Amino acid sequence: MTAAPLTAAPLTDGEIAAIRAQFPILGREVNGHPLVYLDSAATAQKPLRVLDAERAYYEHENAAVHRGAHTLAAEATELYEDARRTIAAFLAVDENEVVFTGNATEGINLIATAIGIASSRRGAGADFSTYALEPGDEILTTELEHHANLIPWQELAARTGATLRYIPVDDNGMLDLDAVPALITARTRVVAVSHVSNVTGFVTPLERIVPLARAVGALVVLDACQAAPHLALHPRALDVDVAVFSGHKLYGPTGIGVLYGRAAVLDALPPHLFGGSAITTVTMEKAHFLPAPQRFEPGTPRIAAAIGLAEAVRFVTEIGLDRIAATEHVLAERLHAALAEIQGIRVLGGSAVPAGERVALASVVVDGVHAHDAGQVLDDQGIAVRVGHHCAQPLHRRLGATASVRLSAGVHTTVAELDRAIEAVAGIRQFFGLEAATTAGGGAS
Amino acid sequence: MSGLESLYQQIIVDHAKHPHGVGLTAGEETSHQLNPTCGDEITLALRWSADGEHIESVAWEGAGCSISQASASLLATLAAEDAAAGDAWTPVQLQSLIDEFREALRSRGATPLDEERFGDAAALSGVSKFVARVKCAMLAWVAAEDLLQRRAG
Repeated sequence: MTAAPLTAAPLTDGEIAAIRAQFPILGREVNGHPLVYLDSAATAQKPLRVLDAERAYYEHENAAVHRGAHTLAAEATELYEDARRTIAAFLAVDENEVVFTGNATEGINLIATAIGIASSRRGAGADFSTYALEPGDEILTTELEHHANLIPWQELAARTGATLRYIPVDDNGMLDLDAVPALITARTRVVAVSHVSNVTGFVTPLERIVPLARAVGALVVLDACQAAPHLALHPRALDVDVAVFSGHKLYGPTGIGVLYGRAAVLDALPPHLFGGSAITTVTMEKAHFLPAPQRFEPGTPRIAAAIGLAEAVRFVTEIGLDRIAATEHVLAERLHAALAEIQGIRVLGGSAVPAGERVALASVVVDGVHAHDAGQVLDDQGIAVRVGHHCAQPLHRRLGATASVRLSAGVHTTVAELDRAIEAVAGIRQFFGLEAATTAGGGAS
Repeated sequence: MSGLESLYQQIIVDHAKHPHGVGLTAGEETSHQLNPTCGDEITLALRWSADGEHIESVAWEGAGCSISQASASLLATLAAEDAAAGDAWTPVQLQSLIDEFREALRSRGATPLDEERFGDAAALSGVSKFVARVKCAMLAWVAAEDLLQRRAG
């Protein structure tokens, strides 16, 4: 995606204060300091209205959906399907193209497993064989993927005899786009890429990849986990076949995710899990399956979590994804400008923040201090960050790091919080008796 | 002593910066342990006396956080000191040390390591209050235990 125009106004301090008041957890202290939560890329905190929505459902309508004729069952079904409509509107797609999953990982596994089953010549639709893989076929992913968008494809390749290839990453953590045309060929059947890197925060230039995949008829799968909370996510405008994200990174509950699949794709692919609710007629010999999305939601679904996620979507929609993106751009610029001034640290992917092309996160390697130790020093000051490889070992290896410290902002993050974290990062080396780091006054202005 | 200072005592920071017992010999039997959440790695060997009854030293190589590296270094130091004092460990003695170490580290601060038995390694007691770091401190000791178990067959 090229630089999205950031035309909306950033949120005002007053608006952010009003948003913060909706997150009870932000009022707590950690190790004697007010919590600074900079781990939203791992999981976001939840506004009270999301918790209330789940609780209200359990208090008033709780029942198994899509079965039973009693009033509660009808009301629960209505709420669950209303949640699906809310997600569909958020993505600007049809409701039958929205499948609820446990999380994004499950969504990618759903597609990879369904393709695997289609490859063994089982399918629900007549044209399932469109997606069947065989030896000689190729799956293309990238070197910067989260393990969730890598391992399911490794497994699919191993099971079908297809070959897994990847778009390499350069020293700055950017995809080598010049390599893409040679990598997407008539053999390419699946192209699986991240919308936003969970390590560098870079937005993938999808317009340099998707049209090439389209031209050869490859299925395009988008891991939109790190995009959904930060920028408007419109799979049709991006021209992808499948997009997945996790609810818990979008201020929703854990245990709920979304898979968007173009109707023709979902109608052709076989189910990945089998059981009740997903079928029409069952005999002792065989079963007939419902159309999507029910086909992919066997068993009693995650009803309360779906209702909670719909509330989270209303929460971000009311604020406005355009205003969230504009606000986070300000935070990203401040964060990266300040980190660039600190001696003895390295920001994975460098410190450039092109407008609309990097979300408000940064992964840092502190010279001479392991990420785990660095994170401990920040935690001691009440600052919550992620340490480790963030489920992206190949990218860390490519950038010459085994682990990093990731700071990631949310819709409730203030400039003051960011400055506190930056100052704390600047003090890490000193704590371990290494030469004092210097900052340009603790942050860029 | 603040929580953080009890975790990162000077002994630990020093051992992490200047570790003891580092260096493996090609071909010797080792145990490789990995902490997959953060990438800490330890490869460790027990060096036995000629009669195969006692552990004369502990050698290792690794990469990772200061707690994991200092812990390996302190284990090697303790083995060398005990051997130099004529008290080289038998497999039973080492296993008992590992058991005690594990119990103290899992005690959330309730059971500190005995300085008489653990020497400088007793500085690792502070780790027990940081549940997320216990695994880091255990890594070298788990490697030693793995070698003992393999030897016992």
